Amino acid sequence: MRQTMKKTIITVVGEDTVGIIAKVCTYLADNDVNVEDISQTIIQGYFNMMMIVDANNSSKPIGEMVSDLEQIGDEIGLKIRCQHEDIFTRMHRI
Amino acid sequence: MINIFEVYETNKMIEQEMLDVRTITMGISLLDCCDSDLNTVNRNIYDKITRVAKDLVSVGRDIEREYGIPIVNKRISVTPIALVGGPACHSPEDFVTIAKTLDKAAKTTGVNFLGGYSALVSKGMTPADENLIRSIPLALASTERVCSSVNIGSTKTGINMDAVKLMGEMVKETAEATKENSSMGCAKLVVFCNAPDDNPFMAGAFHGVTEGDTVIHVGVSGPGVVKRALETVRGENFEVLCETVKKTAFKVTRAGQLVAQEASQRLGVPFGIVDLSLAPTPSVGDSVAEILEEMGLESVGAPGTTAALALLNDQVKKGGVMASSFVGGLSGAFLPVSEDQGMIDAVNRGALTIEKLEAMTCVCSVGLDMIAIPGTTSAATISGIIADEAAIGMINQKTTAVRLIPVVGKDVGDTVEFGGLLGYAPIQRVNTFGCEDFINRGGRIPAPIHSFKN
Repeated sequence: MRQTMKKTIITVVGEDTVGIIAKVCTYLADNDVNVEDISQTIIQGYFNMMMIVDANNSSKPIGEMVSDLEQIGDEIGLKIRCQHEDIFTRMHRI
Repeated sequence: MINIFEVYETNKMIEQEMLDVRTITMGISLLDCCDSDLNTVNRNIYDKITRVAKDLVSVGRDIEREYGIPIVNKRISVTPIALVGGPACHSPEDFVTIAKTLDKAAKTTGVNFLGGYSALVSKGMTPADENLIRSIPLALASTERVCSSVNIGSTKTGINMDAVKLMGEMVKETAEATKENSSMGCAKLVVFCNAPDDNPFMAGAFHGVTEGDTVIHVGVSGPGVVKRALETVRGENFEVLCETVKKTAFKVTRAGQLVAQEASQRLGVPFGIVDLSLAPTPSVGDSVAEILEEMGLESVGAPGTTAALALLNDQVKKGGVMASSFVGGLSGAFLPVSEDQGMIDAVNRGALTIEKLEAMTCVCSVGLDMIAIPGTTSAATISGIIADEAAIGMINQKTTAVRLIPVVGKDVGDTVEFGGLLGYAPIQRVNTFGCEDFINRGGRIPAPIHSFKN
């Protein structure tokens, strides 16, 4: 049960191109993943997008989402990562 | 709520600065495998390891994938085999059968190293201890993944000089037994003083008798992350330098603590400790030497190196201790010469000698580690070096270790290639003045005065 409240963080890094968010969001909608927050910025010349999503109702295990999103990233020439929120909160919050 | 810059920082550490969890090590007690029949002991050991560790590698991979942080090694440590095999083994050859069983179990479970082919002889040796020690050369020559360690001294007991003498001979014999393979057996053999019961790092890991039935320990790393952080504070004073190391160590350790808790929960095995160590790899940018140089040294080995290492270690601990609920193991910077490109470069340019490395081990590197020396070095000289390191550990109440490789057929000026995580090393010069008469005395060095605290 501890797992159910966990959020997942999706990050997209690379050259800015048309339709990045659309591609990722379509995939997430198809898999019953709810997007709760999106932010984006340019860091050191690279487009950085971060999504906080709730994947607890998704039928896909996170391991598969990681591979699927990686593949979508490869298709459009971007690096897409999907990680449990904990790796970030543990590191940056006491 | 976490923000985009924090997410970026973490992912930058992982992707560009080689932050990783160096090892998840499952400690397994084999005390319940004891039997007076050798075949039964071997069967019990194989069955227990392959049963309790069957999911270790796959769970490690799942965590790696879901959190997006590499977990470089999945490993197993077991109860010192001299204790487990004692009732059944009556010769060194008997012990070698257990080494082969451990190797088979390591391969079945998919771990890359299994530690605990060990004996704890800090005060004296039982016949079983001595048989195990005498079996080490053959055991390491006839297995691939088994690692061996022997504890020959402690602050509480003093130094067992008979064992020191014997280990000098065993290091030589192991080099000879594995000479076809660059004397590689010695890379899997560590001689300790004050060995901890819960060390997750190879080659010195074993599951101490003070531990429970099974336990998960995690070793973190991240020299690259510390180096990059220090690049941002060039020229600043020591207060700023220390604060930067401390904050970075906190973040690195938190990642280790998270992985340890997840692994413990998923495997249903209690969490033991996080080992706060900076462990380098031969990859560029993953070097402890480079951190010391970033602090302002022209080359590691220059005057100032010992002070730089002292502050690095202390700050890593100060940052790490708060990030983890239990800290243990070795928790000190590792300076394995062959595994750290910066160290190799320093040796090659003549800046770093064994004597300087020895001084560095006084302030908390773990020991003289992965140092290749001429194959002609005598057993007594190796014993002398072991005794010196053990004395540093005994007097300073810290763990020290020796992992020397007297490479058969090589001399100063040559280089030896071990491959993979073990890297390559230039053969280093050893002081060749004799110490035979000292080593041959036999007996023990008594415990130091400050060990009597009761």
